[in-house]
Amino acid sequence: MFSREDKDSDLHEEIQSHLNMATRDRLQAGQSAPEAHYDATREFGNIGQVEEATREMWAGASLEVLLQDLTYGFRTMMRSPGFSTVAILTLALGIAANTTMFSIVNGVLLNPLPFPNSNRIVLMFQDKANFPKGSISYPNFQDWQRENRSFESMAAYRWSDGSITGVGEPESVKAQRVTSSFFPILGVNPVMGRIFTADEDRPGSEPVVLISEGLWKRKFNADPKVIGKSLIVGGEGRTIIGVVPASFDLKIQNFRTADLYVPLAQESDNRFFQRDAFWGTNAIALLKPGVTAEQAEQDMKRVNADLAVAYPDVNSDLKARISPLKEEIVGEIRPVLWILLGAVAFVLLIGCVNIANLLLARSTSRRREMAIRVALGAGQARIVRQLLTESLLLAVLGGGIGLLLAKWGTAAALAAVPTSVPRAQGIALDWRVLLFTCLVSVAAALLFGLVPALRSSAVNVGSTLKDTSRAVFAGKSRMQSLLVAGEMAMALVLLIGAGLMIRTVGYLLGTNPGFDPRNVVHFGIALPREQAQLPVEAIRAEFRKIHSQIERIPGVQSVSLASGAYPMESDNEATFWAEGQPHAEHESDFPMTLEYDVEPEYFQVMRISLLRGRLINATDIEHSAQVGVIDEGFAKKYFPGENPIGKTVRLLDYDALPKTWIPVTVVGVVGHVSQFGLAQDFKEQLQAQLYRPYMQASDPLIKNLAGAFRVYVRSQSSVSAESFFQTIRSQLLANNAQLIVSDNQSEQEVVGRSIARQRFAVGLLGVFAGFALLLASVGIYGVLSYLVGQRTQEIGVRMALGAKRTHVLRMVMSDGARMLLAGVAAGFIAAMGITRLLDSLLFGVRPTDPITFVFVATVLLSVALLACYIPARRAMRVDPMVALRCE
Amino acid sequence: MSPQSEKYQNRIELLQGTLDLLILQTLMWGAQHGYGISQVIRAQSGDVLQVDTGSLYPALHRLERQKWIKSEWRLTDNNQRAKFYQLTSAGKKRLGEERSRWNQMSDAIGAILANRPEEV
Repeated sequence: MFSREDKDSDLHEEIQSHLNMATRDRLQAGQSAPEAHYDATREFGNIGQVEEATREMWAGASLEVLLQDLTYGFRTMMRSPGFSTVAILTLALGIAANTTMFSIVNGVLLNPLPFPNSNRIVLMFQDKANFPKGSISYPNFQDWQRENRSFESMAAYRWSDGSITGVGEPESVKAQRVTSSFFPILGVNPVMGRIFTADEDRPGSEPVVLISEGLWKRKFNADPKVIGKSLIVGGEGRTIIGVVPASFDLKIQNFRTADLYVPLAQESDNRFFQRDAFWGTNAIALLKPGVTAEQAEQDMKRVNADLAVAYPDVNSDLKARISPLKEEIVGEIRPVLWILLGAVAFVLLIGCVNIANLLLARSTSRRREMAIRVALGAGQARIVRQLLTESLLLAVLGGGIGLLLAKWGTAAALAAVPTSVPRAQGIALDWRVLLFTCLVSVAAALLFGLVPALRSSAVNVGSTLKDTSRAVFAGKSRMQSLLVAGEMAMALVLLIGAGLMIRTVGYLLGTNPGFDPRNVVHFGIALPREQAQLPVEAIRAEFRKIHSQIERIPGVQSVSLASGAYPMESDNEATFWAEGQPHAEHESDFPMTLEYDVEPEYFQVMRISLLRGRLINATDIEHSAQVGVIDEGFAKKYFPGENPIGKTVRLLDYDALPKTWIPVTVVGVVGHVSQFGLAQDFKEQLQAQLYRPYMQASDPLIKNLAGAFRVYVRSQSSVSAESFFQTIRSQLLANNAQLIVSDNQSEQEVVGRSIARQRFAVGLLGVFAGFALLLASVGIYGVLSYLVGQRTQEIGVRMALGAKRTHVLRMVMSDGARMLLAGVAAGFIAAMGITRLLDSLLFGVRPTDPITFVFVATVLLSVALLACYIPARRAMRVDPMVALRCE
Repeated sequence: MSPQSEKYQNRIELLQGTLDLLILQTLMWGAQHGYGISQVIRAQSGDVLQVDTGSLYPALHRLERQKWIKSEWRLTDNNQRAKFYQLTSAGKKRLGEERSRWNQMSDAIGAILANRPEEV
């Protein structure tokens, strides 16, 4: 085989011999030697072009050309290391940011859920006036299950008490009650043993439990003979029948991946089976193949109409809400992620514009090079290919570095606000992300490389080689100015978006949640089984003992036991009939209020302000008159224009059979608490809040509370929430080793979590907008510097003719300002349209907030003008003599 | 550039694809170098067909890659070194195919051109 060099010289020789023979023929025909040589050469044509065209016929020629282009491109790159570094770094940052965002979008939104039939799985709620996603009563669920024609299967679930005793130390773990159909719908199979049978999912059947793979390993040391062993859950002995795989992961309303699963209907409390008992029960269901969610909704309307006729008192307005599983899991975060992906695409676009501008500037200085190459036989296509190869080389290097950065960036982004993104554990750099990065890199190369390449290749050989002046510049500078204005506009849109989000988060953080979360921790306690089975008087005594034990711990300022609703964490409602309001026809038509069962000190712990009357006090105990404190929302809605103090509110008591109304006297009015989180509370319909004395809870409720209640504690000074809790916990356990004290929360973190989505968005948008500002400033700086460089001679002439330095400064600055103002104007118009997409994330600020717009534009203009000032000053210092001598 | 185009104005550009046929046909008479091939085509066509070197050499190298011709350096009658091309047996077969294709084509075109409107 011949080497490339051999073939090249062979071809060269072949052409030389052709010329020699042609010359010889002409000599023989009588021409003079120079004439013969000249004619032969002219007849032959462009030797370079012929060689080039012939070489392309050789085997592997296209690869050779590519290699040649690459080598050449690499050499060009190394010749201007400054430009190459800036271009590659710009691309690397842009591509890294895009890859990071895309890997999040891919992992969270695009990847299918890890369940075999996930696109047919829906969530079901009972749609009520105050709760579009309300809980379903068990008898209604059973009727839905039986009467529907749209679902293959339906499963209900709710929270469960997860205190474990009997094996090792007593502890409290996450637990769920689920029907026997639950795991089959999700396609989850046990790693060992079996799941519940339908027979086991009935009241009074043999008590069984499924445990998680994690608990099996931790608590049972992965004992292969764990099936059949017994475990005491919530004080009840249960037989372990199966182990649920660790890979099972699901987080939806009223369901968290748990360590224990017990059959839903193995419920010792008979009240659960009443048609008007809504115990935080929701359902999942598997649509029959080909049935849409809308069809299923129609079907459920028919079922519910029948149930309304059968049970008019509680089901008069029964509605089912059906929502796809994926929507439930990622629906909230979806717009945020798409907005962020859009934003980050802008950043890359700005980066590409910068590189295109640099390439355009460089193409002027490379015009001679291109002209020479054309003269030597390169076609236009060949030159475009060469220049695009150079662009691709930059993009590939940028993409490679970007990919490495993205690996780190993805981890950083998720670590920043881990709880706000569902399915975060599924985010990884998989093949789709890699494909995305490749496509983005190539697209970027085309984007920034094509226009300069087409411009460069269209050189006029003759004029370029003859021309020494730089007069041809005007047309290119217009293109560059346009590009700069464009990137200014994009940067402005991003900055405005980030500005609006910052204002939103500032507004939310400044919003008074109605309580003071600083220095407050709360945690759960479960009494040991023997104590929980004591008479209610003894349980109340135990509650009081725990209260006073905590109270005496140094550093504790105030303490309150609590149940019912917990602000920003979980809600609990009561049906009521306020004095002076009409008595509704059906039970389901009565209004509802949030109910908090608290001790007197709760208002000190949470620093909830008293507006009228009095707070709950130490005299409001089990046998004293039933009292309640309402919030201003309750007062405004149900006692408009009246003094609510002394009025009676009747609460529906589900525990009594037949149901009765418990009269409660309103003794005070307090401020409203943001029950549903800073960003969500005002959107919820349920605004009424009612506080009742903890000790006045009904006897059955007290018995329930023994198994799980919470304690809110305020510390005297700001200590770490964790160590404060550990102090309390060890003190409590020192007094009673059988207590389960767990699940501590810092109230401040709870409040922070309620705006996690906004904080996630503001963090990333802020970073992206910062990139955009930086890139756009570098862009305008680069173009102006270039312009000044090109006009040095002109400036020199002007100054020689008497122009003042300040004139020169003004001239250059006004060039820059013109691009800037055009960009800002375009940016304003674009932002008006685009910020509307942010609407769902914004609070306390309109998408077209003039303050944000003006402030952001000012920041952008200041930074950009500074970027203009540097080259302008350089222009001002031009020495006319030097400038004129230059050429 | 203008004097060059004047010189060529009486010559016909070769139809795409016919160059291969002409080269193979020229080589039927024995090995020949690139300059010789272009001279033969020009002379045999009565100075009408001019083979552009920018087409000739790529075509020669392509035909060689397709193994229809082979090449070697030899001395000419005038003692000059030149690269001579020569038909291979595959090339001879190919020439037969190209030729019959050309005949078909020229018959077809001829038939169309012969079909004049009848005189009324």
